[in-house]
Amino acid sequence: MKYRAFLIKYGEIGVKGKNRFLFENMLMTQIRHALKPVEGAFEVTKEQGRIYVLVVSEDYDYSGTVEALKCVFGIVGFCPLLQVPDEGFDRLAETVVDYLTQAHPKKNFTFKVNARRARKNYPMDSMEINAELGGRILDAFPEASVDVHDPELVVCVEIREQINIYSENIPGPGGMPVGSNGKGMLLLSGGIDSPVAGYMIAKRGVSLEATYFHAPPYTSERAKQKVVDLARIVARYSGPIRLNIVNFTDIQLYIYEKCPHEELTIIMRRYMMKLAEHFAAESGCLGLITGESIGQVASQTMHSLAATNDVCTMPVYRPLIGFDKQEIVTVSEQIGTYETSIQPFEDCCTIFVAKHPVTKPHLEHIRKSETHLDEKIDELMQTAIDTVEILTVEAE
Amino acid sequence: MEVYLDNSATTRCSERACGLMVELLTKDYGNPSSLHMKGVEAERYIDEAKKKIAKTMKVSPKEIFFTSGGTESNNLAIIGAAMAYRRAGQHIITTSIEHASVLAPMQFLEEQGFSVTYLPVDRHGVISLEELRDAVREDTILVSLMQVNNEVGAVEPIAEAAAIIKEINPNTRIHVDAIQAYGKMAVTPKEWNIDLLSVSGHKIHGPKGTGFLWIREKTKLKPQMLGGGQQKGMRSGTENVPAIAGMAEAAAECYEDLAGHAEHLYRLREHFIEGVHGLAETSVNGREDRNGAPHIVSVSFAGVRSEVLLHALEERGIYVSAGSACSSNKPAVSRTLQGIGVKQELLDATLRFSFSVYNTQEDIDAALRALEELLPALRRFTRR
Repeated sequence: MKYRAFLIKYGEIGVKGKNRFLFENMLMTQIRHALKPVEGAFEVTKEQGRIYVLVVSEDYDYSGTVEALKCVFGIVGFCPLLQVPDEGFDRLAETVVDYLTQAHPKKNFTFKVNARRARKNYPMDSMEINAELGGRILDAFPEASVDVHDPELVVCVEIREQINIYSENIPGPGGMPVGSNGKGMLLLSGGIDSPVAGYMIAKRGVSLEATYFHAPPYTSERAKQKVVDLARIVARYSGPIRLNIVNFTDIQLYIYEKCPHEELTIIMRRYMMKLAEHFAAESGCLGLITGESIGQVASQTMHSLAATNDVCTMPVYRPLIGFDKQEIVTVSEQIGTYETSIQPFEDCCTIFVAKHPVTKPHLEHIRKSETHLDEKIDELMQTAIDTVEILTVEAE
Repeated sequence: MEVYLDNSATTRCSERACGLMVELLTKDYGNPSSLHMKGVEAERYIDEAKKKIAKTMKVSPKEIFFTSGGTESNNLAIIGAAMAYRRAGQHIITTSIEHASVLAPMQFLEEQGFSVTYLPVDRHGVISLEELRDAVREDTILVSLMQVNNEVGAVEPIAEAAAIIKEINPNTRIHVDAIQAYGKMAVTPKEWNIDLLSVSGHKIHGPKGTGFLWIREKTKLKPQMLGGGQQKGMRSGTENVPAIAGMAEAAAECYEDLAGHAEHLYRLREHFIEGVHGLAETSVNGREDRNGAPHIVSVSFAGVRSEVLLHALEERGIYVSAGSACSSNKPAVSRTLQGIGVKQELLDATLRFSFSVYNTQEDIDAALRALEELLPALRRFTRR
């Protein structure tokens, strides 16, 4: 069976009142972007308040198309469509029977027909179409039976300029089209959490930028490559990600030398937030995004989060804040980042970590410790900013 | 500047080998099993390669069997011999410091009901001939020893070991993993009176994906790769002709002036070791004299994590290996370093430097200079 069109169903954006067309246009842009790497040529159109993806090339990659559409936020579900011209009811019935034979090899299904007559000059009304078409299907599949309450199969037939036939609804990711809600700066490490955090915020329509801190020679080229790979996977959903790669070695060593060891991680994170906020402000991001979840590690207790948060003036979004680790892992497996996240390369948070880091840092103490850095820290921060490496990471 | 001191991991392909391979990939690309002229030509290259290699070890060309590399050679030798002789006995002996491509087949055989004795080594990485003597039994069908250890460069007493084994049990087959030794020192299986010997192509300036197993005539092996019956059925599959020819050319090159090459390598090694002794809190693992292999030096740097030092050297264009591949998530401690009694705190502070004939005194000096500068800086920042 060759489907030549897909009907896109979108939920939440349907209720956005007068802004609706803006959201729809963004969704269409995102769909076009998602289909770019897929083999084939596509047209994304809006027609009477519905979005269609039409295949305009001779050949195309069906499963690639489905996979791409599954990644577009804003899509609640989509249906592969058979589009046929109106050549009379008998021809339509034949086509529907033919379609069912190919699309559903199981013969003893329960079904109902759900006809919609958008073109009112069609000679039968929807009730008549339902009844008559149901009869023809029963003739062709003697083992099938009608069940109007809980059918296995809903055979949808829409009479428009053309006739749309479909029965399969493939779930999409939901959410809002990326670009409909500003831009955020994701603090991306090589771990399991931060890619999931980025995914979740992008799902609400936010486009992403990211900052990664590396610490050569304490972290390796492979650790950096792993972060680029993770960004590439998240970009399947969020669209291209501008990735700021910051060399954090000298700042980290300076803190290590001057500050109490058990406060190292907290102070380090404060400077990471400051740097990320700098890049965020520079490129017009409206907030920071982290993968923190309360109590997961010493630096993510309520006290530690408060101490880290203290340096930020932008809002910090922490979508995983109430998640258990297993819940985060589940999402990361779903979105495909887990396998990459668990590659064992050291990241810069773990290299000098104290055996017993503070779990209830006192903000006053931390600030006091940071005064030991006064001599060189501004210069080091400036160097980190000046030497940032910027990559634009796109989905493959 | 690029200073490549990781030649035990792999080597640069020699120009002579590359030239020959290009010709075989583009002109004489026939399948040696084809009946036509193109095939006959290709077969000639294979025969030529066998002859070249046989000459380097004073064996018969008929005893050379090509494989995909060291791992396959070791697997074929060990599993192949164990399966062929299992009716004569189910006992095998090896050392505790073998490469994974020997140890993993041994573990597989243990699962199949064989029992394996792992000989310990002394602080230089060398087995005890007395312990070997005590281990050989009537039902010992195979002994597998490495000629040169890949991590510390220890050289095992193969000839003496073989004499002892055959004296106690003439039916015991002896396999030698010569992957790190071949091309750097004399490899003479017939003189040693052994039965099987593994070599890898890319460690001797040949291409990757090729190697060979020397199988002494009348040694039985159960083939592990089944198919079209190439190479007398011992290893089915179309021969990788260009790579085989390239490897043989590289092998010939190594042995044209073995003494000269070895002298060059030993001088580099001695120069390096001398420099290392000038560095604080640094120690060489294994032998420092010419009883060790000419091209491998294992060095422990107290208080410095090997991976960090490796990347710091890498930033200066100097490429080496970590003595033990370690990471915070998955500690995989080197059995060799443990086996020779390296202190626990140094296991993760050890690098391997391995040289080739392409290295120069300047390379060594560059590495020493870099170490001298990096070590104090890195030691200032160690995990407290």
